[in-house]
Amino acid sequence: MTHTPTPGTLLRLATAGSVDDGKSTLVGRLLHDAHAILSDQLAAVTRSSAERGFGAAPAGSDTRDDPDAGPALDLALLTDGLRDEREQGITIDVAYRYFATDRRSFVLADCPGHVQYTRNTVTGASTADAVVLLVDVRHGVVEQTRRHLAVATLLRVEHVIVAVNKIDAVDYSEEAFRAVERDIVQVSRELRGPERTGSPGGPEPIVVPVSALHGDNVVTTSTRTPWYTPHTPGTSAYSGQALLPILEQLPDADASARRTEPLRLPVQSVIRAHGGYRGYAGQIAAGTLRVGDTVRIQPGIQLTQVTGLERTTLQEQHAAETSTAGTSATASEVAAAGESLTIRLAGDHDVARGSVLTDPQRPAVELDEVTLQVAWLHQRPAVAGSRVLFKHGTATIKALVAEVSDRLDLNTLRSGPADQLQLNDIGTVTLRLASVLPVDDYSVSKRTGAGLLIDPADGNTLAAAMIHLPDPQDADATAPDSDEDWLNS
Amino acid sequence: MTSALSAEAPTAPPAPAGTAVLARLEAEAIHIIREVVAEFDRPAMLFSGGKDSVVMLHLAIKAFAPGPVPFPVVHIDTGHNFPEVIEFRDRTVERHGLRLVIGSVKELIDAGALQERADGTRNPLQTVPLLNTIAEHRFDALFGGARRDEDRARAKERILSLRDEFGQWDPRNQRPELWNLYNGRHRPGQHVRAFPISNWTELDIWRYIALEDIALPSLYYAHEREVFHRDSMVRAVGPHSLPGEHEPVERLWVRYRTVGDMSCTGAVRSRATTNDLVLNEVASATVTERGATRADDRLSEAAMEDRKKDGYF
Ligand SMILES: Nc1nc2c(ncn2[C@@H]2O[C@H](COP(=O)(O)OP(=O)(O)O)[C@@H](O)[C@H]2O)c(=O)[nH]1
Ligand SMILES: [Mg+2]
Repeated sequence: MTHTPTPGTLLRLATAGSVDDGKSTLVGRLLHDAHAILSDQLAAVTRSSAERGFGAAPAGSDTRDDPDAGPALDLALLTDGLRDEREQGITIDVAYRYFATDRRSFVLADCPGHVQYTRNTVTGASTADAVVLLVDVRHGVVEQTRRHLAVATLLRVEHVIVAVNKIDAVDYSEEAFRAVERDIVQVSRELRGPERTGSPGGPEPIVVPVSALHGDNVVTTSTRTPWYTPHTPGTSAYSGQALLPILEQLPDADASARRTEPLRLPVQSVIRAHGGYRGYAGQIAAGTLRVGDTVRIQPGIQLTQVTGLERTTLQEQHAAETSTAGTSATASEVAAAGESLTIRLAGDHDVARGSVLTDPQRPAVELDEVTLQVAWLHQRPAVAGSRVLFKHGTATIKALVAEVSDRLDLNTLRSGPADQLQLNDIGTVTLRLASVLPVDDYSVSKRTGAGLLIDPADGNTLAAAMIHLPDPQDADATAPDSDEDWLNS
Repeated sequence: MTSALSAEAPTAPPAPAGTAVLARLEAEAIHIIREVVAEFDRPAMLFSGGKDSVVMLHLAIKAFAPGPVPFPVVHIDTGHNFPEVIEFRDRTVERHGLRLVIGSVKELIDAGALQERADGTRNPLQTVPLLNTIAEHRFDALFGGARRDEDRARAKERILSLRDEFGQWDPRNQRPELWNLYNGRHRPGQHVRAFPISNWTELDIWRYIALEDIALPSLYYAHEREVFHRDSMVRAVGPHSLPGEHEPVERLWVRYRTVGDMSCTGAVRSRATTNDLVLNEVASATVTERGATRADDRLSEAAMEDRKKDGYF
């Protein structure tokens, strides 16, 4: 088993789906079939599998070609790494796994499916380029499926792939698969539809029939699903392909798209060195930057010029490689989204951690009140009047929950009025901020459109927040006077 | 499970990887290091001289260039380290003008505060001096070079991981970690462990070392050395690693995939004397680096999880 991956780009995946749909088994299957499991890991899993009653077939052998034989390996053990997880046969927290094929490197976050661990699904999805959502073909779309599709839609994960799993358990029935596929497309349309706030997010989901246990359509196309073919009317362009080849082909959500966005560079810190050197360190959240560019320092209206870029040789080399032929000489001088660098600015301006350097033609909006779509992640509910901290880019400021306005009903997929959000709820809140923040709509810029709500008392993260820029005619919400002390102290 | 790696001389080096993956990982790590330094009062970085901590330090130097690295480095010295590694550590610290804080396992054993283990392994004993050092210097954030691909328990760790007053990790109760927004809020007495190279694999580390031409302790490259075999591992003969009566000594070409305590780190047979040859070897390895070379992780299936819960790295 010699395997020398030469990865192209990096794709980040997260699994979703309810408990027992086969997420961990699928991840194990991907790792196993992509040769990412080394012999000592396999030996450990074979031992534990035998203890858990797997292994009707000879230990270490594989049953992918024979769905009638008992599976030899409990592939879920490859990712369920904690003692409690192995003993209870469940996944408790996100496990990150790494594998590479000849075409791409993958970071995979295996997320647990229990409702109580929804915060982990949100965690996994927030950094994912693609979500692989599992559905047990025998159960079809259930509440967790809707919840996780809602999370992926809300977080605007670039690609959603629905693996309709355990297709072996329904004798590889096309009918069973199509029924689930129809429901998925329906739910996904409703979630992305115009009645939801914001514009529709992302392309339609890609739906694939798989058996994680036996390997059908995971790495290679299965002969047991002859009806799963390319160009079936009403299905995605990837129809007929196995999961891994699809993952290898997904367009890179990363740099290229973010390059064309207006510049956003949140300043992390000021770097001083001998000789009066003063540089501003940060990671470009969106857009591009080169020496000579005029940038705006937000919050505020001051403009200044970029006089120098300190970049790592690797970042420069990468910029040169990714540039189109013939322009590489100049492209290597252009720093782009995703890059961590230090820049120098002309003149003596008030630039510090929390400042954002932006494109003066297309600056961020400065607001002291923001409407947020939130995924509520904590026991302590969201209610009007709560004091919180809002972490946005490199700024953390005091804020007040001015209003809780609506909550998504996962059965009807409609937003209804609400005055509270509980753990795992998705809804809309309005925050009053202690000072103005330069913000973007999350649908325009993920990095500068996202934030965290933090409990100022114990430091816990309360919610994942996505900024929704209001219509100009929106009325101001007012908060009780007694809370002014919190914002001004 | 027999030999860890093929001992034959490797053939052609692997095709050069595109820089896209490493560029993304480097930018992420530098961002994390800068965030932690900006948000904490007293950060410090664990530095053992092992390849992961060398890469992490390299990233820290980049993150603050042309300014100085704004925190001290910490080494928990078991007293059983390879002399080459200690020399390397001291040279590196001096070259970059860093401040080195040492926590000593041996001192605690001599003072009777720690008991030597029956198996002589000192890696698990590092937890107490680590926590003492954190308390003594009031560090509120500690960078570690752990990677998630190392172990199944490590795979569950957040990039910023909150530790309670006793340094303990509670895997069931980790904070959600969203986007690149790291919430490091903590109460007095608590501290945070930060893992900037969480998403790097062993192969990424070697690709980066080769690409950036980063100096490592000589142990990482093939050399001839007196060894003996124990627990199906190749062990160096040295002051803290003596062969038993029925453990014959021989001279072999070996190198180390991880560098830890001499009493529990095994070598692998290898002829890889350069970065490219090592890279080729790692790419075709059939055993994980910890499985190949760490006796401490073989103690049980949950060895790392248990040590982590108690406050280990
Ligand atoms: N028949 C069948 N069973 C499966 C398949 N995938 C997973 N399972 C079984 O479903 C159960 C739950 O799997 P697991 O991977 O732990 O699910 P998770 O909770 O989503 O991570 C286990 O008993 C698996 O063996 C499949 O494709 N077909
Ligand atoms: Mg699972």
